[in-house]
Amino acid sequence: MDTSTKPAVVAVSRIAVTVNGQRRQLELDPRTSLLDVLREHLHLTGTKKGCDHGQCGACTVLINGRRINSCLTLAVMHDLDDVVTIEGLSAPEALHPLQAAFIERDAFQCGYCTPGQICSAVGMLAEAKAGWPSHVTPDVASRHIVLSNAEIRERMSGNICRCAAYPNIVAAIRDVCGGVSR
Amino acid sequence: MKPFTYERVTDPRAAGEAVSRAGAKFISGGTNLLDLMKLEVEQPAHLVDISRLPLKQVEDLPGGGIRIGAQAANSEVAADHRVCARYPVLAEALLAGASGQLRNKASIGGNLLQRTRCSYFYDTAAACNKRTPGAGCAALQGINRIHAILGASDACIATHASDMAVAMSALEAQIELLEPNQSTRRVLIDDFYRLPGNAPHIETVLRPGEMITAVILPPPPPGHQRYRKVRDRASYEFALISVAVIIATDRETITTARVAFGAVAHKPWRSIDAEAALKGRPPTLASYKAAADAAMRDAVGRGHNDFKIELAKRTLCRTLADVTQISIGRPS
Repeated sequence: MDTSTKPAVVAVSRIAVTVNGQRRQLELDPRTSLLDVLREHLHLTGTKKGCDHGQCGACTVLINGRRINSCLTLAVMHDLDDVVTIEGLSAPEALHPLQAAFIERDAFQCGYCTPGQICSAVGMLAEAKAGWPSHVTPDVASRHIVLSNAEIRERMSGNICRCAAYPNIVAAIRDVCGGVSR
Repeated sequence: MKPFTYERVTDPRAAGEAVSRAGAKFISGGTNLLDLMKLEVEQPAHLVDISRLPLKQVEDLPGGGIRIGAQAANSEVAADHRVCARYPVLAEALLAGASGQLRNKASIGGNLLQRTRCSYFYDTAAACNKRTPGAGCAALQGINRIHAILGASDACIATHASDMAVAMSALEAQIELLEPNQSTRRVLIDDFYRLPGNAPHIETVLRPGEMITAVILPPPPPGHQRYRKVRDRASYEFALISVAVIIATDRETITTARVAFGAVAHKPWRSIDAEAALKGRPPTLASYKAAADAAMRDAVGRGHNDFKIELAKRTLCRTLADVTQISIGRPS
């Protein structure tokens, strides 16, 4: 193999990521999760650390438009990626429709899971719009997704709410997507 | 987490050499590996990031099969219109696994290589032959409710956690591998996985430095396909029992059948015995019960998991009945 094309092995990794529209240069221990970069390096504490093992969804952010668990990915793997967190969804004076709906529907108690719930819902609605089926879709080959309560619950099952505000979370999401109440 | 060094490869041909150094591992989606690294169950000294390799495509093959790139996301394959139309059992299995967030990150190759969910494997204070060869198996006398009922050994009763691989077993998928010397080979999925025997830490026939590049699905067999998963929660939970079936009937006779179980063994469990019991029989509950008995003839419970033998039988009967649209009454 030509050594000039051999990738460098690094103990400190330098990456550039776009976070909420801003390009950020970072020097990182390769162990750093994307979640820790957001919270500890960039001080974007809206994204929450719940379980830190991909079981609760509190750390959900959007990477290149797709929802993922930021706790279960290394920041160094996201060089040149586009990250959107809860802080990037809207300005305080002009809430994202999902944020407004969560307030209107009282879709939380303690609020700790809420940023993850909302980022997850943003990603989920894009997936449904693209025709992605879910576990409860009667025919996976159908490209037309009707976001029933059962569909919303299934698609949001990666976000745990220990206050169990689930009925209101489903109602808030349904308000935004115009889904049917059944 | 133990310190490690990191590199990203951009050419599949460079992957084998990169991973040949001591303690090196591939990382793709990372959703399982990083979880295990945080717990120090996995302690790689070097990570080779293969997630950006150009292996993300789902392609039609001449003759009617498809080739799924190993770096394709689980969610994209589950939504692929060709997969949904011709291999719905695979789409259903993918969608039954994990969560929307995890499916967006997890790759097809990584799904195949995910580690068991045995709690003693996860608990570094417990004995585990899979984690530390020769240490013993705490699950044998432990809480073994989720453990294997087929193909296990006294060294390990862990199960394979994948839903996707169960559907791929029923579909007779082939795993395409790239060796460090740049030659490729294909292995039938049932030959890809090993039973635990005396070496449960060796889970597949992958050779050192070898990388999964794709999964090849032959043209779908005739008949209806279905994946059914039984678990403790309605969503976002691993299977207690799952089954993938593909069954074709000609009037009053079953002409072909494929059956594979998940969460029963160290590998996705293709049941040739159940398939043989179904072929040529009428599509009736009696036939399905005979097939279920045949599938579980050699099943062994370890105490807490005894119920899985009956659950596997009932899950197969219910799934076959649903697919062939015969009424077998309410679950008793």
